[in-house]
Amino acid sequence: MIAETTHGSLTFCSIEPDSGLGSALERPPADALGRIEASGLRGRGGAGFPTSLKWELAIKSPGEYKYVICNADEGEPGTFKDRVILSDFADLVFEGMTIGAFVIGAKHGIVYLRGEYAYLRSHLENVLRRRRAQNLLGKNIHGLEGFDFDVEIRMGAGAYVCGEETALIESLEGQRGEPRNRPPFPIDTGYLGNPTIVNNVETFAWVVCILAKGAKWFNSIGTKKSTGLKLFSVSGDCSQPGVYEFPMGITVAELLKEVGGEGAKAVQVGGAAGQCVPAAQFERTIAYEDVPTGGSVIVFGPGRDMLRVAENFLEFFADESCGQCTPCREGTPKLIEGVKMLQQGRCSMQYLHELCSLGETMQAASKCGLGQMAPNAFLSIVEHFQDEILGRIGR
Amino acid sequence: MLVTEQERLRDDLVKMTDRFGRDRSALMPILQELMRTRYHISEYSMQVIADLLDIHPVEVSSVVSFYSFLEDKQRGQFVIRLCRTIACDMSGEGNVARQLVNDLGIEFGGTTPDGKFTLGWANCLGMCDQGPAMLVNEKIYTQVTPEKVHSILEECRSTFGVHATVDKERC
Amino acid sequence: MSDELLPHGHPTRAPASQRGRTAEVLEHAKALGKQIEVTIDGRAITVPLGTTILESAQQLGIRIPTLCYHQDLCLAGVCRICVVEVEGQRALQASCSYPITAPIHVKTHTPAVRKARRHILDLMLANHYGECYTCNRNGNCELQSLAEEYGVDYFRFGRMEKPRYEIDLSSHALVRDMNKCVLCRRCVRTCIDLQEVGVLEAIDRGNRIKIATFGDKPLSDVVCINCGQCINRCPTGALRANDNTDEVWQAIDDPTKHVVIQTAPSPRAGIGECFGLPPGQPMTFRMNTALRYCGFDKVFDTNFAADLTIIEEGTELLLRLKAAMANDECRMMNDESALQHPERSQSQSIHNSSFINHNFPVPLPQFTSCSPGWVKFAEHFYPEYLDHVSTCKSPQQMFGALLKTFYAEKTGVNPRDIVTVALMPCSAKKFECNRPEMCASGYKDIDYGLTTRELAKMIREVGVDLPNMPKSDFDDPFGTATGSGVIFGVTGGVMESAIRTVFELVTGKKVENLFDHAEVVPVRGFEGIRYAELPIVEVGPVPAIISHLFKDWNWLKGATLKVAVAHGTANAKRVMEDIKAGGKFSECHFIEFMACPGGCLGGGGQPIPTSPEIRAARAKAIYDEDRSYTIRKSHENPALLQVYADFLTDGPCGHRSHKLLHTHYTPRGKYIA
Ligand SMILES: Cc1cc2nc3c(=O)[nH]c(=O)nc-3n(C[C@H](O)[C@H](O)[C@H](O)COP(=O)(O)O)c2cc1C
Ligand code: SF4
Ligand code: SF4
Ligand code: SF4
Ligand code: SF4
Ligand code: FES
Ligand code: FES
Repeated sequence: MIAETTHGSLTFCSIEPDSGLGSALERPPADALGRIEASGLRGRGGAGFPTSLKWELAIKSPGEYKYVICNADEGEPGTFKDRVILSDFADLVFEGMTIGAFVIGAKHGIVYLRGEYAYLRSHLENVLRRRRAQNLLGKNIHGLEGFDFDVEIRMGAGAYVCGEETALIESLEGQRGEPRNRPPFPIDTGYLGNPTIVNNVETFAWVVCILAKGAKWFNSIGTKKSTGLKLFSVSGDCSQPGVYEFPMGITVAELLKEVGGEGAKAVQVGGAAGQCVPAAQFERTIAYEDVPTGGSVIVFGPGRDMLRVAENFLEFFADESCGQCTPCREGTPKLIEGVKMLQQGRCSMQYLHELCSLGETMQAASKCGLGQMAPNAFLSIVEHFQDEILGRIGR
Repeated sequence: MLVTEQERLRDDLVKMTDRFGRDRSALMPILQELMRTRYHISEYSMQVIADLLDIHPVEVSSVVSFYSFLEDKQRGQFVIRLCRTIACDMSGEGNVARQLVNDLGIEFGGTTPDGKFTLGWANCLGMCDQGPAMLVNEKIYTQVTPEKVHSILEECRSTFGVHATVDKERC
Repeated sequence: MSDELLPHGHPTRAPASQRGRTAEVLEHAKALGKQIEVTIDGRAITVPLGTTILESAQQLGIRIPTLCYHQDLCLAGVCRICVVEVEGQRALQASCSYPITAPIHVKTHTPAVRKARRHILDLMLANHYGECYTCNRNGNCELQSLAEEYGVDYFRFGRMEKPRYEIDLSSHALVRDMNKCVLCRRCVRTCIDLQEVGVLEAIDRGNRIKIATFGDKPLSDVVCINCGQCINRCPTGALRANDNTDEVWQAIDDPTKHVVIQTAPSPRAGIGECFGLPPGQPMTFRMNTALRYCGFDKVFDTNFAADLTIIEEGTELLLRLKAAMANDECRMMNDESALQHPERSQSQSIHNSSFINHNFPVPLPQFTSCSPGWVKFAEHFYPEYLDHVSTCKSPQQMFGALLKTFYAEKTGVNPRDIVTVALMPCSAKKFECNRPEMCASGYKDIDYGLTTRELAKMIREVGVDLPNMPKSDFDDPFGTATGSGVIFGVTGGVMESAIRTVFELVTGKKVENLFDHAEVVPVRGFEGIRYAELPIVEVGPVPAIISHLFKDWNWLKGATLKVAVAHGTANAKRVMEDIKAGGKFSECHFIEFMACPGGCLGGGGQPIPTSPEIRAARAKAIYDEDRSYTIRKSHENPALLQVYADFLTDGPCGHRSHKLLHTHYTPRGKYIA
C-alpha cells in the first residue's frame, strides 16, 4: 500500500518467530526480567526510562489486575518507525507485549493506535487472530498452565498529547487526553487505577530481540548508558530519507553521511520536542546522555529558514497542547507571536530575552513533557542561529 | 430530526453500548463508531450516550471537542486532512494546499456544498519521508503533488460512499 | 475533596489518583500510617505518607500561593502557580498535587520558582480581559491579590484589547463572563465532582480551550440548578451572581414604595466575614439596624416563614402518612395476593411503621422543598419523583405571599406598592422568585432576592461598619421567630425542626424527653447523608392547630418515623438512586435535601471564600443562636399562631394556605433540545 522506505537490513528481520517468548517462558518471569535488565534496554519512546525498572516496579505494585499497554500513538513530528514496525513486524510487538504480561503478571494488553494509523488496524487484527489461533495469545499460552493474556486494539482520535502515557490512559478511560499529575505513576495507578506498564512499540520489539539473541549481544552495542540498536526515522533535506537501524551513540555527522544529508545546516533530533543541533555540533552523539531521541531526525539544508522551522514546531505544539496548564497553554502562543515579530523585524532584543526566559519557565513549570519540551526548538534555534535571527531584530 | 430517526439513533447507541460496555472507558469506541457510521456526533446522540454511560452530556461534548477526529458538526463524506507539519511543509505541502482549495472551492475547515468533502489540516501523519502526506478518511496518500490532487479527488467522487473506510463492520 | 463532601461509594470523574484532597498513595500494607520526614526551606517536618507538599508547608506556616487548588475539590494541578523546587528533580513540581512518598527536600522560593510564578501570572493577565475597578470581585479576587503579591507592575506579555466572549446574562441566578476566566477549572470540578450536576466543562483544547455549557448554550437553557457553588469557588470575577442591588436601591429611593426585607438565618452567620470578622459571628440584630439605615421600611425574619413551613410541611407529611395507611388497609382487605405474600403485606403494615405502599402509591418519602437548587435538580434529574416533593413553597416564597396579602391587609398598604426583598445565602433563590407560578398573591411574591455578598456591598455603600452597629429587633407583626427557624440554615436543620414539632404535636410530650435541650443530634453534623429513626410510642393529646386533621390519632401509635438528611446534590443523587433501587431510603418517610454542601450556610450567595472550616464556624453560630432563643419550636411561635387564628383560618394545608403557601413543579428532564 505504501512504499516502505527502510534502508539496510533490520535486526527485526532476522528474529525467528516466537524465539523471544519461547525463551522467556522456559524460566520464571524473574529470569526474563533479569535478562532485560542486563541488556540495559531503555524506553524507545523518547524518555529513555529503563524498561526493566519500569516492569519491576509494576511487579511490586500490588493489584489483581495489571495491564500492558503498547504506546502506538506515534505522533512526534518526523517519527514513523513505529508505523513501519507495526506494518512489518507486528508479531514482534505482540510477542514483546506477551513477554511483558508474563513478567508483570498481566492478563490484558492494549495497543493504543493513533487515529491516523487506522489503516493499519485490520492488518493488526489479522495478526492478533492468527496469534490466538497459534495459542500465542489467549488461554494457557504456549501450553503454560494459567498464563492467559490477550490484546485489544484501541484507537486514538487525533491528539498528539495522548502519546504521553498518563494522557493515553485518560483517553482509554473515556476522558479528555489530559496528562495526570505524577506521582502516582501508571505503574501504581494506571488504567482504571490498576498497575500498568506503558511502553513504546519499538521497546516491545527490542525486548523480543534481547530474549532471542541475548542481553550480551544487545549491551555490547552502543554506549555504556545507551545500549543497543535503535530505529531512526529520517526525513527532510537528505537524499535517502526513511527508516534506519543504527547503534545508539552514533554521531550526527555519521548519521548524516549514511542518509545522504551531508552539508546540512542543522538537524532536529527527537522531533519537535527534541533539540536542534547546528552544524558546529554534528560530532555530538545521539544517546540518552547527549542528544536523546525517540528516533526522529529531520535534516535542514543550507537554504532553510530556521525561524520558519521554529514557527512550524510551535504551531504544532499550540495546536496539540491539551490546554490544561497555564505555561504551555498561554506560553506557546506567546512564543509564536514572538517568532512572527522576529520574522517581521519587530522584536526587540529585550523582548527576545523575555521570551527565552519564558521558554525556560515553560520547560520547568509545565505539567507534562509536551509543555516542557515545546520551547526546546525555539530556544535552541535562538541560541544557535543568532546571526540569522539577529539580522531581523528591530530597533 | 424526526422522532423515528431519533429512535433509530438511540437503538444504534444502545447496541453500541452492548458491544463496547457501559462504563466510561467505552466512550471513545462509541464515539469513533458513531463517526464512522454517521459522520458526526450530534447533540442528541451525546445526550443519549451520556445517559447510557451515566455521565454528563457536557462531559461527552467536552471529550468530542478535545479530539480532532471527533466532530459535532456534520462533515463531508470524505474528510481530507493534509499534513502541515515540518517535513511536509518542507516538501511542498503549500502547493498541494492551494490546489485542494482551488479544486474543491472551499477553504480549510470547510465542507463542499454537496456534502462530499471536508478539507482540514492534520499534524504529522507519520509519512514524513514521503511528504507531502494526506489522509482521506482512513486512507493515506504520500508524495502528493498538485497534479495528483485531481486524480485523488476523482477517485473519491467515483466511489459512492466510503471507499477509504476499511472494513465497515468493525471499528 | 474534603471527606465530609465526598459522595459515598461513587467514583468521581477525576482519576483515582487525584480524587482526594490529598493525593492518593498506594495502600501498601506497610506504607499505611507511615510517617515521612520532609524538609521545606530547611525546616523539617514529619507527615503521614501521601501528604502533599502544600499541606506540609501549610503546617509549617510557609505560604505557597495557589489558584486552582481548593480545599473542597479534587486535585487539578493545572495553574502551576504553586510550583516548588524538589531537590533532584529537573522540573518544578506543583506542590498542591505532589504527594510526599519519600524523604524529599523542597525549596519554595528559589529564583526559578519566583520567576515561574511571575511568568504564570503574566501569562494569565495577558489573556485576561477585565478591569478590577469595574469588577464584582475587586478586593476579593485571588488573581488580583496574587498579582499584588508578586509585584506585577506591567503587562509583560501584553493584554487583551477587547473581549473574546459574550457575557452570558441569560440566567436569573448567575452571570458568566469568560473573559475573566483563568481556566483553573474549579467550577468544573465543583459542578461535576462536588455537585454532580454537570453543567460546566472545558471545551476544545490548547489555547482555544474555554469553560462552556453543553453545546455552549446559555445557562438558562441547560440543567444548571443555580446553586452558585461554582461562584463560591471561582477565584475571579468570571462567575458571579446576577446582582439586583440597583433595582433594590431604586425601590428604596422611590417614596411611593414600601420596601420590606426578610432576612434568612444563614446570611447573618456569614455577613460578618465581609466586614473582616472571623467566620461564625452572628450579626442578626446589628444587621437589622443596618438594614433600616439602608432605608428598608420594615425588617422581617424569614424564620417566621420557616416556622410556617414546618407546620405546613409537617401537616402534609401527616396527611400523606395517613393516606398511605388508609390505602394499605383497603388493600389488605381487597388484595388476595397480599395474603399470599404475608411477608410483603406485613412490611407494609402500620406496626412495622412502613407507610410506603408500592401498589397504591401515596408518594412517600416526602421530600423537603425549601432548597430551590434541590427542587430544580429534582425537576431535571428525577422528574418522576416530583410528587414526592412537598408542595410547600420555600420559606422565602411563603413569606412573600403573606406579605402581599395578610400584611398588606393588616397595614392597609396597597400590595402593588409593597416591594418584597429577600436576603438569602442563595443564588437559586433569585431564580425561584422569578418562577412564573410564584405570584399567588396576585403579584410577584418576592420581587428581589439579594445575596449576603450583595447586602454587604449595600451596607458598605451607606458607610456603615456592620460590626459596630447597635442591635435592634425585627419588626412586627411577625416578630422574632423561634430557634427552629434559625437552624433551617444548616444541613439537618429542617429535619430537626420538623422532628421537634411533629413529635411534640403528635405525642404531646416534650421533645426534650428524647433529646437533651431539644437538640436532635442524630440529624446534625456534616456527614453527607444521615439517617435516623424516631419511635412514636404514645399519641396525643394533639393541640388545636392540627387536631382537626384526624378524628382519631391512634394510628400513629407504635409507629417509627424514618427520616434522612442529604446535603449537596451529589449526596442527594446517592439517596435518589437508592430510592430508585428500592433501598433503605425508599423506606423513609421524610427526607431533607439541600442542594448546597453544608446546607444554606454554604449557599451560593454566601461570602467568598468557603471551606469546611468556614462552614463549620457558620454552623456553630447558627446552633448558638438557636440555643439563645427562649422559644425553640415552630408550633410555639406566638406570631405564627396568630396568623393562623386571624388569616389562615382553615388551618395548615387548608384552602387559603393551599392557594398562598403551596406550589407545584415542572418536570424538566435532563434532555436539552
Ligand atoms: C507529549 C508527549 C508525547 C509522547 N508521545 C509518545 C508517542 O507517540 N509514542 C511513545 O511511545 N511515547 C510517547 N511519549 C512518551 C511516553 O509518555 C512514555 O514515556 C513512553 O510511552 C514510554 O515508553 P518507553 O519507556 O518504552 O519509551 C510521549 C511523551 C510526551 C510527553
Ligand atoms: S504541558 Fe501542555 S499538554 Fe502538558 S498538561 Fe500542560 S497544557 Fe497539557
Ligand atoms: S477578575 Fe480579578 S483581576 Fe480580573 S478584573 Fe476582576 S478583580 Fe480584577
Ligand atoms: S450554579 Fe450549580 S449547577 Fe449551575 S453551573 Fe454552578 S455549580 Fe453547576
Ligand atoms: S470560571 Fe472561574 S472557576 Fe471556572 S475556570 Fe474560570 S476562573 Fe476558574
Ligand atoms: S511531517 Fe507530514 S507526515 Fe510527518
Ligand atoms: S494550585 Fe497547584 S497547580 Fe494550581
